[in-house]
Amino acid sequence: MSAFDTFQSTQAERCDPWLHHLLTQTEWSAMAETLAGKAVRLLALWAEADQVHALLLDEVEEAAAVVSCPVESGGYPSVSAAWPGAILFERMVADLWGHRALGGGDDRPWLDHGHWPMSHPLADRPGMAVAKAEPPEFRLDVGYGEFQLPVGPVRELIEDADHLRLTLRADRIVQAECRLGYTHKGTQSLMLGKSPRTAARFASRLVGDATVAHSIAFAEAAEAALRVEVPPRARILRVIMAEIERIAGHLLALGTTAGLVGVSAIERRCARLREVLATTSERAFGHRLMMDCVVPGGVAIDIAAEAPEVLREMLDIIDAALPNLGQGHSHSAFAARLSGVGVVDPTLAARLAVGGIVGRSAGVPFDVRRLSSMYRGILGEVPLATTGDALARCRLRRTEIAESARMLAALIEALPDGPFAAAMPMDSGEGVGNAESARGDVWCWLRLDHGQIVGVFPRDPGWALWKLAETTLVGASIDDAPLIRHSLGLSASGMDL
Amino acid sequence: MAIVRRLAERLTARASVDPATVASLAARLDAASQVRLGRSLSIRHVNAGSCSGCELELQALTGVAYDLQRFGIRFVEAPMQADVLLVTGPLTRNLREALEQAWDATPDPKWVVAVGDCAIDGGVFKGSYAVLDGAGASVPIDLTISGCPPNPGRILSGLRALLEANSR
Repeated sequence: MSAFDTFQSTQAERCDPWLHHLLTQTEWSAMAETLAGKAVRLLALWAEADQVHALLLDEVEEAAAVVSCPVESGGYPSVSAAWPGAILFERMVADLWGHRALGGGDDRPWLDHGHWPMSHPLADRPGMAVAKAEPPEFRLDVGYGEFQLPVGPVRELIEDADHLRLTLRADRIVQAECRLGYTHKGTQSLMLGKSPRTAARFASRLVGDATVAHSIAFAEAAEAALRVEVPPRARILRVIMAEIERIAGHLLALGTTAGLVGVSAIERRCARLREVLATTSERAFGHRLMMDCVVPGGVAIDIAAEAPEVLREMLDIIDAALPNLGQGHSHSAFAARLSGVGVVDPTLAARLAVGGIVGRSAGVPFDVRRLSSMYRGILGEVPLATTGDALARCRLRRTEIAESARMLAALIEALPDGPFAAAMPMDSGEGVGNAESARGDVWCWLRLDHGQIVGVFPRDPGWALWKLAETTLVGASIDDAPLIRHSLGLSASGMDL
Repeated sequence: MAIVRRLAERLTARASVDPATVASLAARLDAASQVRLGRSLSIRHVNAGSCSGCELELQALTGVAYDLQRFGIRFVEAPMQADVLLVTGPLTRNLREALEQAWDATPDPKWVVAVGDCAIDGGVFKGSYAVLDGAGASVPIDLTISGCPPNPGRILSGLRALLEANSR
């Protein structure tokens, strides 16, 4: 029995594979208070012209649901008191649709920095452009002997465009606040009115390091909405791509972390392995990052004839390199440097719906692959740690690379014959899809009307991770800030939409 | 400001070299080595709204596999140190000011390289309310390297072409 059974008396629509419950504003407020106490997590909050939707996950029963409430006179009750992670979503909803979160306590803009030609671009009738306060307003106290350090949006060598505002006392971080939205590209507006097959290009380009994960979540949402069965061959090919991408993501995080603490040997090994993965992906799937390879209905093209051989070679190289990625006594200095850095609070991680490596490093046992039919019978034990620090995350990444490689070896041998894609009917429906990226769980909600997208929301793990980072950075030395950033896997583009 | 200028003048005076020394040094270097030693490029990367796909390939380029440094090309942190601004992303409206500030802070002579389809003309994001359809909307582009994302080899050959042109 899941926590969502309390909605049995309410009106519901199909939102495959789960249900979409339509609540009144009163029920919505009550729902937030009740469910937050029952270990139900808020994964995403977004809107349409006259409704606000929330994607909820019952972690114990591993069930999800979409709940909605109507927008009345431009407002809806805020749920950020129950779920602190809702604050950023509520600011985003206000910018894109113009719906205000009543009682939310934070009405500052998030994505809209005052440079767009209109306000509320996704509303039925967008408003006039409003000049926003620039420089942005930060809610940080600066006490005696403290000072503020702005970091971004143009920073370091090859980086994302984001902004962290830190209050420092000597070299210690006292407070941290993030400000994103710089890379907002209006992706949803480009997806609306298109067929899922055409819009898959945009899902692939939400964020480069999780292009396969976002493509799978988007494709699954479309398939669920239209009740399309994906051929077994395509399912296995998707898992192969997703796991290669996860290994590549873990290697990037591992290598960057090693580089930041001066262990350049591990950094170089990770870089070399990443190149092997990229070259293999190009030979097997036709693209180094596997962009556009997953499409609604299956995969874009079948793998190359030489692919199994190429993939096996790749796995041999990974197997041979794994023992040298920071295990054993030779790297005890590496371990000592990372131990106790960027410690994640498990309670906060759970409240913010942090999944992925970061959640699992702090004992939150969630892995969205357990919900996925793609991984049924394939997924092994998901490793877990409890210390929540950068060292735990490095160790988990290493273990997961080994586990993914084991999974890949089995899948390559078990690749079934048959078609690699199914046709997508021009139908109507609503669906939710998900996938596990190297940074955590990716979700996508989609509403289709006669084969055209009328509503879409892709949820990147960044929404939870950035909010978590604001707390995790506190107390750290400013010198450790880049290390903590990369250890948490903060990335802007996916949540900037 | 006056103090800064005087300081700068004094530094330039001290840094000026004896033309005779230069002439004798130049005579000892043959033409080939001069071409080789004179080749270097400092690049400031500016993310103008990229999905981070181009960044992944740029990181690959600086890693062991391609080892950009051996060609005399390096990434620098300050625009003041840069010869080249390397722009990725479709230039979102929210980053226009950041790109223009980076361009203003880069000393002449400078080049702008647009890497990836997005930076060239907006790529798949062309026409969105939130983007300006490429870096060219705000700064003059000297070289384009297309692809979504362009692979490291392609970026490398583009940058080397710039290097060759620079050393002429």
